[in-house]
Amino acid sequence: MRLFYSFLAGGLFGTGLFLSGMTDTTKVQGWLDVFGAWDPTLAFVMGGAILPMAVAWRLTEGRKPLAGGHFPTASQPELDPRLIVGSAMFGVGWGLVGLCPGPVIASITYNGWGGVLFLMAMLIGMAAAPKFGLQLDRLATKA
Amino acid sequence: METDWLWGLVGGGLIGLGGAVYLLGNGRVMGASGIIGGLVDGTARKTTLEKLVFLAGVVLLPLLLQSLSSAPVSTHMTGNIITIISAGLLVGIGTRIASGCTSGHGVCGISRLSLRGIVATVFYILAGGMTLVVFRHGLGLI
Repeated sequence: MRLFYSFLAGGLFGTGLFLSGMTDTTKVQGWLDVFGAWDPTLAFVMGGAILPMAVAWRLTEGRKPLAGGHFPTASQPELDPRLIVGSAMFGVGWGLVGLCPGPVIASITYNGWGGVLFLMAMLIGMAAAPKFGLQLDRLATKA
Repeated sequence: METDWLWGLVGGGLIGLGGAVYLLGNGRVMGASGIIGGLVDGTARKTTLEKLVFLAGVVLLPLLLQSLSSAPVSTHMTGNIITIISAGLLVGIGTRIASGCTSGHGVCGISRLSLRGIVATVFYILAGGMTLVVFRHGLGLI
């Protein structure tokens, strides 16, 4: 059943990214471009996604996952340098091209060589991230 | 187009439903960067297969919809190699250091009112906005 839920979740996620226009880089850059031709679509996508998710979180209370195991416990409300610096780095990359990890995968079959190149660079970045994280921790303890 | 917001809302609802299935079914937070990154750095272990199956769904459904739609959907992706590589590296490193991206911190985090999710989302949107100001309006590069 775990694999069924995984495929269903991935299929819904991919369908949603496709239908909402989030694999179109101009729509994402349009949302970030407050001083240009601003495009509010991303806010509707976020709002539309957060609603069912909020219901889902409520449904986890007092229950266990259908396929067994436990629900993830709430993360420590800790705002460390990793969260801030990492999110800022991600934001710059997101703004430069208009792609984030979900849409990169969803559009990989129709995004041409650019999409493949972006995915390759992203995977290399992900593989290198643990080293960057340690470096950041060292800098943070010095400061 | 005038109907873009409606498609955004409908598509967003499906994204949220996907997250709900992943959470209520498998007990996991649906974060794209965590799912991909776990496969890259070897931390996925027992969850390797279900992560791959999830990604197969993410690839196959848009492929199917793309082939069914009358007009092929353009992604308007930039052709600048340096921009693409720099952005890909930044997205890869950044999302893993921050332990989440638009889906994990944005959709799944904000919906449970996670402080980390909200702060991360504020920072990547601000950084993205400033990137547009500097690289589009300032330097005219993107």
